[in-house]
Amino acid sequence: MLKHTALHDLHVKSGARMGEFAGYDMPLYYGEGVIKEHLWVREACGMFDVSHMGQVTIEGEGVAEFLERLTPSPFQEKRQGKAQYTVLTNEQGGIIDDLIITRLSEHQFFAVINAGCKEKDIAWVKEHLPSKLTLNYMEERALIALQGPKAAKVLEETLQCDVSDLPYMNAREGKSPCGKDILISRLGYTGEDGFELSVPPDVAQRAWQGFSKHPAVKPIGLAARDSLRLEMGYALYGHEITAETSPVEAGLNWVMGKNASGYFGCERIQKELSEGTARKLVGVKLTDKGIAREGAEIQNGDGKVIGVMTSGGHSPSLQAAIGMAYIDTPLAEAGQDIFVNVRGRNLAALVADLPFVPAKTKSMKKAAA
Amino acid sequence: MAELKFTSDHESIYIDGDIAWVGITKYAQDALGDLVFVELPEIGRQVSKGDEFAVVESVKTAAEVYSPVDGEVVEANDNMEGDLELIAKPLADGGWIAKIKISDPSQLDGLMDEAAYKDYVAGLD
Repeated sequence: MLKHTALHDLHVKSGARMGEFAGYDMPLYYGEGVIKEHLWVREACGMFDVSHMGQVTIEGEGVAEFLERLTPSPFQEKRQGKAQYTVLTNEQGGIIDDLIITRLSEHQFFAVINAGCKEKDIAWVKEHLPSKLTLNYMEERALIALQGPKAAKVLEETLQCDVSDLPYMNAREGKSPCGKDILISRLGYTGEDGFELSVPPDVAQRAWQGFSKHPAVKPIGLAARDSLRLEMGYALYGHEITAETSPVEAGLNWVMGKNASGYFGCERIQKELSEGTARKLVGVKLTDKGIAREGAEIQNGDGKVIGVMTSGGHSPSLQAAIGMAYIDTPLAEAGQDIFVNVRGRNLAALVADLPFVPAKTKSMKKAAA
Repeated sequence: MAELKFTSDHESIYIDGDIAWVGITKYAQDALGDLVFVELPEIGRQVSKGDEFAVVESVKTAAEVYSPVDGEVVEANDNMEGDLELIAKPLADGGWIAKIKISDPSQLDGLMDEAAYKDYVAGLD
């Protein structure tokens, strides 16, 4: 039996094509199809139901120090409202999940974790949780993302809340028009300016219907969410990052605190930071016609296997086939000629810089500094 | 006389004498969503019934197109490479992917007609 978000009935009524994702019945795309949805987010404002993701708070004295044990990122120095993209590392320096953690107050942090990793993450955190800290999983809480150049305007006009002074990678607690507590975070997974609204289920339904009436807003399914993040070169858990991949080979050095130490997997990660890694995550752009998908082998001109695709598909913005791949470090330079094996045929491709499409936000890297 | 036939893998076939014009059905198109690429077969390729001879790539996934009969690929629809929306047209009006010269006409008897295919699809949902 698939789980439903608070907005499930609204998706079905609007004629969305539904599909299973991480145990939930989720909208993959709505009436106009993936490509139009994707482009709409790049030019106006897309509205996503991401309530399948896990929302937790961790609180108590010493919580920032605890987060610096779970992740390589600095949390003690974060001021209230600041959000940080980071990774939960395991003892081998692999990645348990990637997540965004926001400081709500001195002793309270809020985290949004991947739908497919919820149980594992919560078990991991509880296993290591000091007795004076508590973890609260808000199972019923909904999450709506508004993404695109018009997202701020939509939020202001629909919820009458001024977000002009809310910087990227920052969050603020507020009230819904009906007086309920909501959390507005300025961030997202598309490379556009945008927001994620953490709200109670009844507020989610009213907000979704309210946003729907705004002419700049269209609902966007998970399929376009994937093509949007792929254009930005953002990692997707289970694809670019797994329990085996380290944040260094995944190009996530920027999430690490300058003098971070004592976190899980620190030994491997420190070693990789000073000595480098055998392979690196890169962008791949096909120059031959075709589409290369996850799992496709990458070869050099001599037919030697030098890597593997972790994600791949069509970029609606570039009208080209793009993807991400782990490639042997000596060849992981932008412009390098490579071949991607698709159904037994070698398609010509180039190693490409990430992102494929420039970010419209202040970069996460700068925001994290 | 031309007639339309269908396979359980959602190929649609327009039979024009000993030539089968092969495309994919509306059901298959709807299931795939936005198409982004079609890989056409080589002219002259010998195919057996059930062989993958083309691939239709959508945003979501790659779908193989299987030959409904034994035969030889005699033409591929190059226009489709530049205009994927052609696939939604009737087969004889540009919606065909490739034309196959049928070597064993008796294989056509195993294909569904329009009414049978309609019933088949109704049973899938």
